[in-house]
Amino acid sequence: MIALLASLDPGEQATFASAIGTATYVLAAVLFVLALKWLSSPATARRGNLAGEIGMAAAIIGALISYHILTYEWIIIGFAIGAILGVPMAVWMPMTAVPQRTALSHAFGALAAALVGTAHYYLELPEHSLTSVKMFFLCLEVLLGALTFTGSLMAFGKLQDLLPTRPLTYKNQNVYNFALLGSAVLCAVGLIFHPQWYALFPILLLLALVFGVLLIIPIGGADMPTVISLLNSYAGLSASMMGFVLSNKLLIIAGALDGASGLILSIIMCKAMNRSFANVLFGAFGQIQASAAAAEKKSVHATNAEEVAQILETAQKVVIIPGYGMAVAQAQHKVRELYDQLTRRGVEVKFAIHPVAGRMPGHMNVLLAEAEIPYDRLVEMDDINGDFQQTDVALVVGANDVVNPAARHDKSSPIYGMPIINADKAKTVVAIKRSMNPGFAGIDNELYTLDRTLMLFGDAKQVIGAVAKELADAR
Amino acid sequence: MPDFTSHLYVFILAAFLGLEVIRRVSPLLHTPLMSLTNAISAISVIAAIELAGGAGERHTTLSIVLGTTAVAAASTNVIGGFMITDRMLKMFKKRKT
Repeated sequence: MIALLASLDPGEQATFASAIGTATYVLAAVLFVLALKWLSSPATARRGNLAGEIGMAAAIIGALISYHILTYEWIIIGFAIGAILGVPMAVWMPMTAVPQRTALSHAFGALAAALVGTAHYYLELPEHSLTSVKMFFLCLEVLLGALTFTGSLMAFGKLQDLLPTRPLTYKNQNVYNFALLGSAVLCAVGLIFHPQWYALFPILLLLALVFGVLLIIPIGGADMPTVISLLNSYAGLSASMMGFVLSNKLLIIAGALDGASGLILSIIMCKAMNRSFANVLFGAFGQIQASAAAAEKKSVHATNAEEVAQILETAQKVVIIPGYGMAVAQAQHKVRELYDQLTRRGVEVKFAIHPVAGRMPGHMNVLLAEAEIPYDRLVEMDDINGDFQQTDVALVVGANDVVNPAARHDKSSPIYGMPIINADKAKTVVAIKRSMNPGFAGIDNELYTLDRTLMLFGDAKQVIGAVAKELADAR
Repeated sequence: MPDFTSHLYVFILAAFLGLEVIRRVSPLLHTPLMSLTNAISAISVIAAIELAGGAGERHTTLSIVLGTTAVAAASTNVIGGFMITDRMLKMFKKRKT
């Protein structure tokens, strides 16, 4: 092919190179759609990922051939930094840290979009090629990119426990936030009609960066699944807007796919909490409720590992309900030991997965898959809720608000109306918890005070290990 | 003058296609879905390559600095994103029979 290229004159070479570029972009667009299609089932999912990789490689090669690149050294340096940062995060990072890594990757994606937008503004400003339409998309790209960058860094900080996971609030917070966003939009409008008003551009960038910080700090840890999905959507939209600015349809398509994916996931997360986007973003959910302290203390039935082992041994159907506490305690491998012990005895064990359990969509599934629990044992909330009447033991591992029956009947509860897992319908409930502290929503969980509920206090990893050991010794 | 109308059609069609395809993804795989779409949208690396490489004689110090940083940020997602997605997908196994 190089020989063929050399035989052409420069004009023909350029045409040929740009044809190759276009062909690889079309191929990449097709492969990206196929990648997502194949991801629909675990059986074909890895093929999907491979399709994505091939599409990406083709497009990068196409870009290197078709753009008239002057110098490759900066590109190579950029890729080297990317490999140094990306490979360790992908290979050595524990699975419990996946939400943090995802937040960080949204930050990187958004940063790239904001930087490309900024560079193009200053490149094209002296060329007078910035039309109002182009500036509309460029401002949107920079605005979304910049706010997603700082917002995702804040989300990362909260997930990594560098920042307090409780909502940080102050008086008139939403008023200030909207004023800030309004000013950013005004700057954008100014730039759209007068692209040469270059003084507005750094102001727009700064306001968007600050807004990203202020948007995320009042959001609590339990709302992270929605927030991560929403940031995912913004990062995708920002890349798509970049495609409009650069007239690159592959960018538009890939960004739109990412934006659509984030949007669907945020809608699923909001529905699973019976809350609106506005409530998640501006409601500062998860503050300690003043009224909760006043509630009368009901007695609970405490138990120990030995008793739980006996109860599980005589059961026929057991449903395990994992929550964020399982991830914090890194208890998934001990859960697997317990699963093995029970399955060996002929006990039917299933896992009930609430859509918002954990800190990102699908978080529990990944952890349990890591512990080599077969994925057909992981059942979605709606598919398993009908089974609890026939369930002998519901074992709650680090889940709290998603099994609180108050969501069904207590209109004064902050989680009223949220779909929950019907753990309370099981014949016996065993709840593993570190202490009687209320869960994230800061409210008491009446599941713990039911007559048929036994509380197993302790670190989830230790106590499940102890129960599994009791079962192993009993054989 | 780029044709923004045709770009808008492409955007809308891609968004609808995305909504239809992604709606079918099993909730089991929502975490890998997010890391895969994130890796895919890091295709913005091609725009960053254009800047960092000073394509078409159009470059300033600023555009090269911003472009190189953007290549680093986007390629972190390209390289890390596909790798971790595969690492996660490898873990999803059926019951041994």
